[in-house]
Amino acid sequence: MRFQLTDDQRALRDGVRDLLAGRFDRDALRTAVDTPGHLDRALWRALGDAGFFALCLPEADGGVGLGLPEAVLVFEEAGRVLLPGPLVATHLAAGTVPGAATGESVVTAPAGELLPWRDASDVVQGDATGAVPLSSVDPLTPLHKLPGPHAPRSPEAVLLTAAEQLGSATRTCELAVRYAGEREQFGQPIGAFQAVKHLCAQMLVRAELARAAVYAAAVTADPVEIATAELLADEAAVRNARDCVQVHGGMGFTWEADVHLHLKRAWVRAAAGRTTRETEEELAAAL
Amino acid sequence: MDLTYTDEEEEFRARLREWLASVLPGLPPKPSPDDWPGRRAYDLGWQRRLYDAGYAGLHWPADAGGRGATPTQHLIFLEETEKAGAPYVGANFVGLLHAGPTIAAEGTPEQRARWLPPVLRGDEVWCQGFSEPDAGSDLAALRTRATRDGDHYVVSGSKIWTSHAEVADWCELLVRTDPSAPKHRGISWLAMPMDAPGITVRPLRTLAGSAEFAEMFLDDVRVPVANRVGEENDGWRVTMVTLSFERGTAFVGEVVACRRVLGELAAQARKNGRWDDAVLRRRLGRLNAEFRALWRLTQWNVSEAEQAGGVPGTGGSVFKLRYSHARQELFDAAAEVLGVAGALDTDHEWTLDRLSSLSYTIAAGTSQIQHNIVAERILGLPKDRPKDLQKGGR
Repeated sequence: MRFQLTDDQRALRDGVRDLLAGRFDRDALRTAVDTPGHLDRALWRALGDAGFFALCLPEADGGVGLGLPEAVLVFEEAGRVLLPGPLVATHLAAGTVPGAATGESVVTAPAGELLPWRDASDVVQGDATGAVPLSSVDPLTPLHKLPGPHAPRSPEAVLLTAAEQLGSATRTCELAVRYAGEREQFGQPIGAFQAVKHLCAQMLVRAELARAAVYAAAVTADPVEIATAELLADEAAVRNARDCVQVHGGMGFTWEADVHLHLKRAWVRAAAGRTTRETEEELAAAL
Repeated sequence: MDLTYTDEEEEFRARLREWLASVLPGLPPKPSPDDWPGRRAYDLGWQRRLYDAGYAGLHWPADAGGRGATPTQHLIFLEETEKAGAPYVGANFVGLLHAGPTIAAEGTPEQRARWLPPVLRGDEVWCQGFSEPDAGSDLAALRTRATRDGDHYVVSGSKIWTSHAEVADWCELLVRTDPSAPKHRGISWLAMPMDAPGITVRPLRTLAGSAEFAEMFLDDVRVPVANRVGEENDGWRVTMVTLSFERGTAFVGEVVACRRVLGELAAQARKNGRWDDAVLRRRLGRLNAEFRALWRLTQWNVSEAEQAGGVPGTGGSVFKLRYSHARQELFDAAAEVLGVAGALDTDHEWTLDRLSSLSYTIAAGTSQIQHNIVAERILGLPKDRPKDLQKGGR
């Protein structure tokens, strides 16, 4: 048993991190925030060229031929930088919807009672009848609301969303730690105060537990493990973003700080899956 | 990332299972929790069986008499022994998990030859003389003095929370050998024979009603200088070696046990109708996620340690923080399953477990101390400045 990243997996993660740092830096993030509903097609195609959407597609079909663990690492990186767009739906449509694998098509699909990015997408996979627009809380995710009962998301969609949540939870922990080490009050960095220090420690603990759950679910693809990953990653992303706001104090309550973008996206992602109640019931039924 | 075990590991597991099935039915009945001599005999008897079968000191290096097993094999050992309901390490805890590994890492060849084999064979029990009444979480503030008198140290002071003190042969003792040095320096690590004149042990009763640990008074106890492990005044560093072992592997078997208890809770709730309570049911579902993830985190930490050559990393603090609270939530949920009267009945094992779970966020470094460790050593946040603050405040 070697439950650690392999050298190849590490290299993949670092490669994606570098790619995103180059193609979607903070300026790009802020441009995206300032132009709600607009999807950067050039970026989408660049992601396609890098194999982002074709990662799990067999090599015989023109894909990269990797598995869920690799996809999870890539989506974790996407979550870290708040990469916008219907990433999960397009990734899962690779091989079935023409152009999805290469990033020429943007594909969206219902997620719970929500339909993200409908207007900017080329293809909607699934029933979008009666969708009405919402004024989305997340400036990076335009939303429609769907009427009536909705089909459950695929286990892969749930897991990749959990991976994005994990990336966001890790990132807000890093942002809080950085701020706590820089910001001084009462003559010392606020990170020296136990009240602040303990908030940061709790953020790391949440993220690391979620990481173990998400990675294990990627390796086993077991439904109960995926439910575990979903529950803990949602919690880590939302709670860490809240704590990150708290550590930033007044700054954390401004539009200018990136923290609120993490919180709002975490809310949207959490709402895209099953409700917490449903996940907990599934986990109880498995006992 | 891989969660499958190698053929070698599976074979190790299969042989261990077979051995457990053959030996467990012949074990004597468990002594009552407060019968310390009985517990000592029982725990040493189990250790002897492990020794004879070649499972003693599995995680110890081979040159210290251990099996030099990989962390993964140790994980399998803890998993399988717990699943089979085998005795826990018990009174051998300090010898096997603290003092032994410390002596193996820091002791002289003579010291290793003197102290390690009896721990492995189940001949001698160790206790831990670290904590003091006025130095709990601030371990380095200890005041027990050791002054040189020829080739002996003369030790005076007191220790507290000393588990197994009544039945121990040896104590891993932290003493202050240089009172003028800064508090983290000037400490030495001694092996103190528990039959030396001048030692008084007084059992302490816990809130669970058991005499779990003791306080220990030391009045001019003579300990040979040859019993010092590591250099004089270098005991703090030696202690950090000990504590990394404690936080690294101490709770592995317990996660397996908690998952078993959770399954029993669900079965019991389905039987007595409490399962119909959606709030309770969902709470158990959440605990399922919690303990599954804690098990995966354990596997992650063990794999990491294996990659780093067997040294437990700082991940132990992350694990301990979450686990200690999850354990308390588990037995609070058990109380919900048992219902009002059941939850107040100390004849029920879960009620006792609920009481004893309160110690988990205190023992081996309180949650507050663990938060500091995570924040300072893993996240790199600046150290608090308690001295300056104290000066200003007084």
